[in-house]
Amino acid sequence: MMPATGTTPLFEVRDLRVTFEKRGRSLEAVRGISLHVAPGEVLGVVGESGSGKSLGMLASIGLQPRGARVSGSVRFKGRELTELPRAEMRSLRGSRIAMIFQDPLSSLNPVMTVGAQIAEAVWLHNPGMSKRAAMDRAKDLLALVAIPQPDRRISQYPHEFSGGMRQRVMIAMAVANDPDLLIADEPTTALDVTVQAQIMGVLAELQQRLKLGMILITHDLGVLAGHADRVAVVYAGRVVEEAGVNDLFARPGHPYTRGLIASIPNMASQTDRLFSIEGSPPPIGTLPPGCPFAPRCPMARDICRRDAPPMLFEGAHGAACHFAFDRAGRAA
Amino acid sequence: MTRYILRRLAAMPFLILGVVTLAFLLTAVTKGDPLTAIISDRQMNNPEVVAAARAKWGLDRSLPERYLIYVGNLLQGDMGTSFITRRPVAQDVLYRLPATMELVIAALIVGSSMGITLGVLAAAFRNTVVDHVARLFALIGSSIPVFWMGLALLYVFSVKWGIMPGPGRVDPRAALPPSVTGFLTIDTLLAGHLRLFLDALWHLLLPAFVLGWAVAGTISRLVRANMLEVLSREFILTARAKGAGERRVILRHALRNTLVPTLTVIGYSFAYLLTGAVLTETIFSWPGMGSYAVEAARGLDFPAIIGVTIVGGVIFLITNLITDVAYVVANPRVRLG
Repeated sequence: MMPATGTTPLFEVRDLRVTFEKRGRSLEAVRGISLHVAPGEVLGVVGESGSGKSLGMLASIGLQPRGARVSGSVRFKGRELTELPRAEMRSLRGSRIAMIFQDPLSSLNPVMTVGAQIAEAVWLHNPGMSKRAAMDRAKDLLALVAIPQPDRRISQYPHEFSGGMRQRVMIAMAVANDPDLLIADEPTTALDVTVQAQIMGVLAELQQRLKLGMILITHDLGVLAGHADRVAVVYAGRVVEEAGVNDLFARPGHPYTRGLIASIPNMASQTDRLFSIEGSPPPIGTLPPGCPFAPRCPMARDICRRDAPPMLFEGAHGAACHFAFDRAGRAA
Repeated sequence: MTRYILRRLAAMPFLILGVVTLAFLLTAVTKGDPLTAIISDRQMNNPEVVAAARAKWGLDRSLPERYLIYVGNLLQGDMGTSFITRRPVAQDVLYRLPATMELVIAALIVGSSMGITLGVLAAAFRNTVVDHVARLFALIGSSIPVFWMGLALLYVFSVKWGIMPGPGRVDPRAALPPSVTGFLTIDTLLAGHLRLFLDALWHLLLPAFVLGWAVAGTISRLVRANMLEVLSREFILTARAKGAGERRVILRHALRNTLVPTLTVIGYSFAYLLTGAVLTETIFSWPGMGSYAVEAARGLDFPAIIGVTIVGGVIFLITNLITDVAYVVANPRVRLG
């Protein structure tokens, strides 16, 4: 199934499903996401809000909300995470696998100093370390993410930081133990446009310097153009296309991806109106038979409403569309 | 911060004057004739005695006159003389206040530690047996009146099983240490009477538990609700993503955020405890302000009633101030100019 990538993946998710039980009905929010990240590689995961991209990634490292049932396989450096005892999973989180979140305003504990929160990340995975040494490390980390005057900043509370600065603190916390994989869940969405570029810059620089494998979750395909090596497009709880970033922009195989690309605001384009994909993604639990994108697809035919499309590959480029890579004739 | 405290302190004299005025006016609108408390029934028919008593206690003067005299005396620390004990009210209150404060503070400690513990457990093990038991415990504490609970526990633990001491602050045969703070648990320690200290603590336990249980219910429900709300916030996810375990997430990250709003309720429950102390003291023969107030009310002892009301009001004002200041200290986001 999975095309060979040459290297063993650092992180590999297969057929990940997240289900909620609600009044006897089970709602599948993530319907079998499969993806993989090589060491030092940046994988962009793109999709609309509610597509299950964030939930899927949270669930892959055991951070799903209460009451969610998770199935499938998640391998990290060859180890199966879904079978790992809780304590071992915990010791991986924050040390080998780190995560940063969308809203830095609410992601930091308001009643703990920034220093204490970073030092905690250090100290949790270095039990023998003195609090003092952890604090010193926290100071270095603040400097690493280019926060001026770390000596003074370390004893301040999150509310004394701007949004961009708080996201830098989150990044400092995430790289505290030199992780192998960083999952960044919409790291710039809640920030001012001017700050977004700075934060992406910090992330990109650290990714290079620390050779981080990274999963960059976003709803903005434009962000990925400059920062991702490969992209997985998620729609209705499933990966519908995956490809190298240049390949994806040059030859999108799925009509949904084409829609996403067309709706990136473009300074050079002559049109006044922004393209948008008609309709909205189907709410979980109400998926139509066949292709979930069919109701919004400009090129949907009978087969789309009848049969769910398999993932079709051309080299490492895959797309879940009956008509991907101009196979119109064969599919029909 | 300092300016905030100073501003609040500056408002205190006016608030206290308000309390004094209200307490004074409330007795003035009471129908009962305080003379019945001063002279015997037989002598009530003797106009000369009645007139003399009126003059002696100042009851022949007009209300505004009495008010001004009272406030004037109060400024010099004179709260008048009790009709019943015939001692200065200030002296009576000073003697009885520590007993009440000791009970109320002990109840506050017992109540908030029980409440917080139960609330945290209920939230951590929500919708399990632990949660249901905590809910039942809270319901019993806040719905059963303290006097009934006091009587029941006193009967079971002291009379029937004999594992808890009877009413009172200490063994009545014990020689009391010199009064320094008026808090028996502290005075006995200061005097180096360890055995007496344990006895005082032992006597304090049941009334403090009864009174504390009543507020523990409210506090535990509030802590549970706040804790669940805090646990759904994003920084909790951050803590988990860092690799923090469940215990650490709850005790280190969620609890402190939960306590900020809870602090206010704990502070305000002080007022409830003061009121509840009246009944608890009566049941446990506790020689405090509560039992003094009951006797004063029964005997239409106006100076004592006003005195108790004023002292209660002032304590309430002070605890509110402390509560508000503590809220600011616990919550780094609030900066007051």
